[in-house]
Amino acid sequence: MIEIGLGHYLTLAAIIFVIGIVGIFLNRKNVIIILMSIELILLSVNVNLVSFSIYLQDLVGQVFTMFILTVAAAEAAVGLAIIVIYFKNKGSIHVEQISSLKG
Amino acid sequence: MQAHSLFFYFFSLITVFSAFMVIVSRNTVYSVFFLILVFVSVSVLFIMIGAEFLGMIMLIVYVGAVAVLFLFVVMMLNVTEQSTKRTTRKGFINHVSVGSIVGVIIFLEIVVVIGGWKYKNNFDSLTAVNSGLTNTHAIGNILYTDYIHLFQISGLILLIAMVGAITLTFSKRENVKRQNYFAQIEREKVSAVSLVNVESDKGVKIDD
Repeated sequence: MIEIGLGHYLTLAAIIFVIGIVGIFLNRKNVIIILMSIELILLSVNVNLVSFSIYLQDLVGQVFTMFILTVAAAEAAVGLAIIVIYFKNKGSIHVEQISSLKG
Repeated sequence: MQAHSLFFYFFSLITVFSAFMVIVSRNTVYSVFFLILVFVSVSVLFIMIGAEFLGMIMLIVYVGAVAVLFLFVVMMLNVTEQSTKRTTRKGFINHVSVGSIVGVIIFLEIVVVIGGWKYKNNFDSLTAVNSGLTNTHAIGNILYTDYIHLFQISGLILLIAMVGAITLTFSKRENVKRQNYFAQIEREKVSAVSLVNVESDKGVKIDD
């Protein structure tokens, strides 16, 4: 079996990243799935940072991973709060029905 | 090394499979469960390559806080029963084509970037090099010295997010008795207590 190197971890991160982006596009149900896809994207960035940090023998990558983790948690909290009040006001969080901005 | 690669393939297959299931499963609650599975297996991968502290933090923060938050919102909003109502076939095909084109292009770009990186084979962990220090100790050494300002700013970000989430979802309800601090503090003796001269054998009549 092949030895596991940096490339394997980077490929894994790339696959997770692409799955996250495709999830945003394919989504036809509710906005919560979009938030989960954003979490997946941030997770893949974390995998990249950690594997480079181990590979380059530099701990700064892991420190920045912690900051990304913080921002991801804050983003999830605020995003879910927005979803909750949107559901309270409109009664639905379907992606296709959220068209007030005509974007 | 054989076991290492075996474990890597095992956990990364689980990760990719459950990340895929997050975006395709019809029930949103199942999506949250698969998201938890992604987080757990990625944190196992982190522990495998020598970033134990981050693996544990991932477990605590993502699985313990973020995923539970998602689960709460999904269950509170009751979105599962309305999920099958409006799925137009045509719109779905449209989204699939656009999404898969963008996804394939981004994946190819990332593959090009990875292919351009010349990587060596041995994959030593950080703790093996500066021996005597655990991963947690080493991170703490630079997190609280060189990156103290970023650390405090991230704390501020969390505080602001907390205040924002609370003010967004806070709603004043009617017909609920609440404590009025200012009225409570401003109360004077005159408005609260009245002294009455009581005649003997008559008593006092309190009228209201």
